[in-house]
Amino acid sequence: MTIANTPLKESSLQPKGWFRYFSFSLDHKVIGLQYLVCGFVFYLIGGLLASAIRVELTSPISDFMPRDVYNQVLTLHGTIMIFLWIVPVVNGAFGNYLIPFYVGARDMAFPRLNAVAFWLIPPAGLMLISSYFITGAAQSGWTAYPPLSITTPAAGQIIWILSVLLLGGSSIFGGINFIATILKLRRPGLKLMQLPMYCWAMLGTSILVVLSTPVLAGTLILLSFDIVANTGFFNPNLGGNVIVYQHLFWFYSHPAVYIMVLPAFGLVSEILPVHCRKPLFGYVTMVYSIMAIVVLGLVVWAHHMFTSGTPPWMRLFFTIATAFIAVPTGIKFFNWVATLWGGRISLNSAILFSCGFIINFVLGGITGVALAQVPFDVHAHDTYFVVAHFHYIVYGGSVFVIFSSIYHWYPKVTGRMLSENLGRLHFALTFIGFNLCFAPQHWLGLNGMPRRVAEYDPQFQLINQISSAGALLMALSTLPFLWNVFESAFKGTIAGDNPWNALTPEWLTSSPPPVENWEGEAPLVSEPYGYGVTQAEFEQSSISTYQEDEHQ
Amino acid sequence: MTTIPQLNKDSQEKGSEVDEHHDVRMFGLAAFLIADGMTFAGFFAAYLTFKAVNPLFPDAIYELELPLPTLNTVLLLVSSATFHRAGKALRTNESKACQKWLLITAALGIAFLASQMVEYFSLPFGLTDNLYASTFYAVTGFHGLHVTLGSIMILIVWWQSRSPGGRITSHNQFPLEAAELYWHFVDGIWVVLFVIFYLL
Amino acid sequence: MSKNSTILTTVLTIALIAIGVWIGENINLLPIDASTNAPVYDELFKVLFTIGAILFLGITGLVLYSLIKFGRKPGQKGDGLAIEGNLSLEIFWTAIPAIVILFVGIYSYDIYDRMGGMQSLGASGHEHHAMNSNNKVWGGIGSSYSPGQTNKNEVLPPIPIEVTAMQFAFLFHYPEGDIISGELHVPTGQPVTMRMESKDVIHAFWVPEFRLKQDVIPGQPTILNFTPTKAGRYPIICAELCGPYHGGMRSTVVVEDSEKFNEWFNKNSKSPNLNT
Ligand code: HEA
Ligand code: HEA
Ligand code: CUA
Ligand SMILES: [Cu+2]
Repeated sequence: MTIANTPLKESSLQPKGWFRYFSFSLDHKVIGLQYLVCGFVFYLIGGLLASAIRVELTSPISDFMPRDVYNQVLTLHGTIMIFLWIVPVVNGAFGNYLIPFYVGARDMAFPRLNAVAFWLIPPAGLMLISSYFITGAAQSGWTAYPPLSITTPAAGQIIWILSVLLLGGSSIFGGINFIATILKLRRPGLKLMQLPMYCWAMLGTSILVVLSTPVLAGTLILLSFDIVANTGFFNPNLGGNVIVYQHLFWFYSHPAVYIMVLPAFGLVSEILPVHCRKPLFGYVTMVYSIMAIVVLGLVVWAHHMFTSGTPPWMRLFFTIATAFIAVPTGIKFFNWVATLWGGRISLNSAILFSCGFIINFVLGGITGVALAQVPFDVHAHDTYFVVAHFHYIVYGGSVFVIFSSIYHWYPKVTGRMLSENLGRLHFALTFIGFNLCFAPQHWLGLNGMPRRVAEYDPQFQLINQISSAGALLMALSTLPFLWNVFESAFKGTIAGDNPWNALTPEWLTSSPPPVENWEGEAPLVSEPYGYGVTQAEFEQSSISTYQEDEHQ
Repeated sequence: MTTIPQLNKDSQEKGSEVDEHHDVRMFGLAAFLIADGMTFAGFFAAYLTFKAVNPLFPDAIYELELPLPTLNTVLLLVSSATFHRAGKALRTNESKACQKWLLITAALGIAFLASQMVEYFSLPFGLTDNLYASTFYAVTGFHGLHVTLGSIMILIVWWQSRSPGGRITSHNQFPLEAAELYWHFVDGIWVVLFVIFYLL
Repeated sequence: MSKNSTILTTVLTIALIAIGVWIGENINLLPIDASTNAPVYDELFKVLFTIGAILFLGITGLVLYSLIKFGRKPGQKGDGLAIEGNLSLEIFWTAIPAIVILFVGIYSYDIYDRMGGMQSLGASGHEHHAMNSNNKVWGGIGSSYSPGQTNKNEVLPPIPIEVTAMQFAFLFHYPEGDIISGELHVPTGQPVTMRMESKDVIHAFWVPEFRLKQDVIPGQPTILNFTPTKAGRYPIICAELCGPYHGGMRSTVVVEDSEKFNEWFNKNSKSPNLNT
């Protein structure tokens, strides 16, 4: 066996059976699923908190929970959804499961580090949530701007900092592992430009993780000094500067939004070609646009600070830089549309969620470009317009892609198919509920409803109730999904190894795959998107089926 | 069709299996050090911004004494060189020399820490006195933590290289090389820190 | 491309643009405009809304059309077309967004300038209450001298107001009459210069009808200029999370014609020298 990189012995020593999912397993597939399930549990908790927010907001007065509890719920919702759901799942879960297959390796570069990175997450999450019951959670929003975060009750804030530090560490370990795996563990003979697009997305994302997460860690360490050691980095009463915190925070947290969405872009690029039976359109421009997003993403952070009193030249620079991200992102979107065009598309749940993603994300991206314009942002900043913008992207984008990916890879992981009917019901409920919930929030923001409030002007009540109704639909939509996932695991039709006839390497082994990923040598896939027929064949197959239809 | 010649080429490379694995670990460490370096970059950026935006009150200005930190810089730079010698000795199988240089390096690291302590206790300001004092202690402290960790690592490497058939030999240089890369990194950070905090 | 489909594409594109323009012109998502700043803002909004509507409808249309046209019919077999890329198309859709973005960028720079955002604060001559003079002042969108004002010659001197924000209220101090008020009173047609500082945490001063927002930052004074145009009572909203009662941190700006304003001013003024 030629592939030097794989700590084969170690993974085969691991426990077998269901118990391995609760163990310190070194198998990248087990770790991937651990990430996914763990993340989904946190998604349900974060969604429960979102539901609490939406219930509170059905009436203009603060009646459902005390005001400080509202702020805790809000902070927990944002933190959980970002750090415990989207980031670990689009990176950790799918990355761990797929990347070793895609590069033709039997495991990640550092399996032990990989397991450590995962096992940092559950304690961090539990700590964060338990702070609510023990001392009261942090209540200064997921951005934790000082001096508010210094003056609110210290215990909750410190626990928040600790758990975000752990999660940041986990994400850095993961990022290092992905970079090493993609660049160094490639199967001999596999060229970089033959890698499936998700590898490129993960490479770009991991570069962002490695470059920006440590800055957040450093910043939070300084913030914790301000809280416990009475230093004054960000405390104006002691000569500190609150704006510096914002710069440092957004230096991480803007790249973080691409950490949440670039892998999703990669996943969509895997899903679309398979179900459209077409090559991914514009592979090379896709790769370049990912790298352009990575570079630009590092220099746009201050668009979150247009009203913080930044100097004019700075606002101008960040406006232009931010808006230009639309260009590489746009390339990807047009390429996806071109991938759909001329395809033979199976309208299954995976495709529905992917197309839902395209539509939602374009809207979120457009509102993003509007927000990037300083004069626009001075009105819309910190309003529900921003809330609408980013839910369109994180939910309409990343979460839709996660669902799409689950429909796509479930047969691989379990060897059984999901029910299409339940999948379509799930999609319909999610898509309608989502748009009902977040579309009206654009109007709310523009007309004067600030974000992070438990009480608001009564004129906004009706629209808020519509939004809450949408949230209810979204909550309901998880039921058919969960039912589908559980039932199909036992009763779903047997999928066979490659139900979609896909060409990417993970499908060229059994479903579920063996611990070593392949019996024998890893296949060399130099054309992961080699689908498609010529124009003549395409027309031929269209006509012949029409004739068949007429005969029937 | 192009796959076949490539496969042939690969089978020729089979011999270097161990090296390849080895490479990945060094690569991972380098990636980690880039991340670690970004933490420092964040601190430096914060300090420089504080300095630019929040000018000190006239009477709060102090000049950091230079002799001790300059000595520290020399200590660390020399220790980088001695570590390099240790690595060279290991590669040429001179185990005794390697151990000697490792010990000298560790001693230099510990001397640095001691002299840093002396500086801390002789400074006229404390952690919470003002913004600059706080940043100064936070950043030098964070760096000192790195030096402490590095010194411990060197001592471990030294311990492991003592027995002839032990973990660290010219066949398994990874622990030593990893510690060396880390140590050079910590030195490099110190040089930047020295320029930013003491000279600017 | 065949001649027919070229014509069809052109017609559809024109229709799409027409719909986008119609949407931008006719769907109003904003509250009334009550400062010189607001019409300028609304102009930008219309342009962004139009472009956004065209892009969104266009892409959504393409996706839906593809799903219908290229969706696999029951019993249909075989793959889609093996097209891996098309350089000129890819250049085309790199160039179009780039041009749109450049246009939007330049246009919004112009808007920003007209709102007074590019005006250097040091030179604006508002330092007559030069307390804390060694402190740099930040902020400053909303010039009092924007071209949105019809009569440049008759520009009145700006009214200075000092704003203090604290958990959970705004206080307005008129140095010229030494008035302290919890409600902001301003006359129509006269510029206002506010110098804002916070006592505790970060707050933000926002009047949706003025389309203006500026953070109020502890340890770092900020400036906000505006000229109200329409009489009325508008909400002042704190837009930065500042604690449990953040949602309740609201006040009112009363915009009235100068007579009524003077009346209010004189009634509350502690010093008689009134220079409006
Ligand atoms: C996954 C997460 C994610 C992603 C990908 C993005 C993507 C973008 N975001 Fe968003 N954003 C957030 C998550 C995200 N954002 C969050 C969480 C916040 C709030 C943080 C907080 O305060 O709590 C926020 C806030 C936020 C702000 C600050 C608002 C404020 O607080 O005042 C701004 C301002 O510039 C902004 C801009 C953008 C832009 C320009 C993009 C671009 O990358 C979008 C580019 C995409 C497109 C434009 C669509 C596709 C392109 C085409 C079809 C081509 C043609 C298009 C044109 C020519 C326009 N975002
Ligand atoms: C990153 C991902 C992400 C996701 C997926 C979501 C999902 C949702 N968010 Fe989220 N949201 C954020 C990130 C996210 N949010 C962030 C970063 C903020 C800013 C925080 C801040 O200001 O600091 C925010 C803020 C925010 C606000 C603004 C609050 C305010 O400013 O006052 C609102 C209000 O409507 C909201 C609503 C929702 C809703 C209805 C969903 C829904 O889509 C959720 C749907 C899911 C469910 C409804 C789960 C259903 C399941 C159950 C109910 C069963 C539970 C069972 C068990 C636990 C066993 N969110
Ligand atoms: Cu003051 Cu919110
Ligand atoms: Cu951003």
